[in-house]
Amino acid sequence: MHSRSSGLSMRKVSFAYFNGFALQAINLMIAPGEIVGLLGPNGCGKTTLLKLASGVLSPAEGEVLLDEVKLKKLSRRQVAQRIAVVPQSYHLPFAFKVTEVVLLGRTPFVSGLSGETKKDRDVTADALQLVGIDGLGKRHFNDLSGGEQQKVILAMALAQEPEVLLLDEPTAHLDINHQVEILELVRSLNRNHGVTVIAAMHDLNLASLFFDRLILLKEGTIFADGSPREVLTERNIKDVFLASVRVSPHPVTSAPHIVVLPKETQGS
Amino acid sequence: MLTLTLVGAMLLACAVGAVSIPPLDIVKMTLNRLPLFDFQPTWQLTDETIIFQIRLIRVVAGVLIGAALATAGVLFQGLLRNPMADPYIIGTSAGAALGATLAMMVPLGLAFAGFGLVPVGAFCGALLTVLLVYNLARVGGKTPVVSMLLAGFVVSAMLASVMSFLIIVSDILQLKLHSVFSFIMGSISVQEWSQIAVIAPLILGGIVVARFFAFHLNAFALGEEGAAYLGISVEREKILILALGSLLTACAVSLSGLIGFVGLVVPHAVRLALGPDHRLLLPASALAGAAFLVIADTLARTLLAPTEIPVGIFTALIGAPFFIFLLRRSRREYAF
Repeated sequence: MHSRSSGLSMRKVSFAYFNGFALQAINLMIAPGEIVGLLGPNGCGKTTLLKLASGVLSPAEGEVLLDEVKLKKLSRRQVAQRIAVVPQSYHLPFAFKVTEVVLLGRTPFVSGLSGETKKDRDVTADALQLVGIDGLGKRHFNDLSGGEQQKVILAMALAQEPEVLLLDEPTAHLDINHQVEILELVRSLNRNHGVTVIAAMHDLNLASLFFDRLILLKEGTIFADGSPREVLTERNIKDVFLASVRVSPHPVTSAPHIVVLPKETQGS
Repeated sequence: MLTLTLVGAMLLACAVGAVSIPPLDIVKMTLNRLPLFDFQPTWQLTDETIIFQIRLIRVVAGVLIGAALATAGVLFQGLLRNPMADPYIIGTSAGAALGATLAMMVPLGLAFAGFGLVPVGAFCGALLTVLLVYNLARVGGKTPVVSMLLAGFVVSAMLASVMSFLIIVSDILQLKLHSVFSFIMGSISVQEWSQIAVIAPLILGGIVVARFFAFHLNAFALGEEGAAYLGISVEREKILILALGSLLTACAVSLSGLIGFVGLVVPHAVRLALGPDHRLLLPASALAGAAFLVIADTLARTLLAPTEIPVGIFTALIGAPFFIFLLRRSRREYAF
């Protein structure tokens, strides 16, 4: 994989759906090579923020910039050559093989006239290897477990050779082993290849362990932005999630570690 | 393999009929038309007339129609991500049927390039209906697949009842009930090479253009949002693929009426055999659809000769059991 990296920023970005839910005046600077986790309760705007960042939604006001270039000035194809997105899951209506799915990551580079080139096939093979699923190439995507499918989707995103990788709760449906595997992979891509990573996360403890910077959203605005230690405080979590927790240092890494407090223990 | 099957089916279809003609003679006759060959005729001149003026026209029409319907089926199934989709799903069939019935009500014998009013009516009816359905389903600059399927269903139902109403109240249609029925069941009714000359470039061109969408159709399997993440301008591409599929369908129905099942079953059968990759699926389905329709049409015109059965009856009669066989054999590999 190449190692060019890009930054992403938002200037006074606002967006509203028909049903009234909105993001308000988001200002955000993410430098090339950063790895950032987006946190917040359901419906706080994490997914919308990622969709604005990938350009499939356009802001009502303000602008999204990819390395100082306005995203809306780029074509869909140009954006996809630089930004890749990993959603929670994909459902395929037909029985595609794993290699065929990963090759789809080359879509923004392939021309309809000439079809894929040797380079496209090489990049696909590399992506499979990087994610550690070269053994699954001939299997059908739909026959794989959720964890394996998520690795295939990650490999497809890598086949795009992205400068920015956006992930929307990539570990939402996975068991604990696969959650850690996927996040380890994402972090090593960031460390070794300089890919800028922005991921919406549900699990606060995993976010604390794997991300250098966390952004906490509340009702469409940025509530806190900083290192895990700055963001994951008992007070912030109470204010945003309305949950009572204790935060203590992780026994091994000393990153903030969160445990919930059941109601009957809260008097003490 | 598929190409060989197709050529074999075409030869066989030319050979059988009220007068049977040896396939070898047919090959020689055809090659004689090229400047390089000069075989001594071992056949009668009438045989040559039967082949070139009657049977070959019909076989070539069958090839074009089958290829067009199968390709359109692949396009619609891939774009709509719906295994139940066929070339008629967004209203082309109802539109074509109404267009054809309206044309039958006109008591004039207009014709150009071998086309009477009925094929023209069917062609226009199909395309106008798709246009209507597409615009009905459009909300806020987008045309979601679900609204398009619903709009297609509703518009089809409406046009079908208009057609039934016309059949009941119109004396002309009462007299032409047999033609109406043949159109709805689908039967190849091409009589002149000039018709082929008009439609063949459209269908062949459409099949070639469809192949350029193969890679993007694979990406559409991820859903429209997934396709957008991969750099596809979804709404623009959707219009192009819909227009292409509808054009192919309209060409086919103008030659034959509503032949069902080819556009549904052939893509599935090919997918089960060769996989869902559209780069292979598109050309293979075109060949398989062509061979399938030629075989079905040969059966339709010879089995109860001299009575001709609408070929649409046969495509369903052969297609359904074959499809069930395929499904049961490879159920595990297939994602329904």
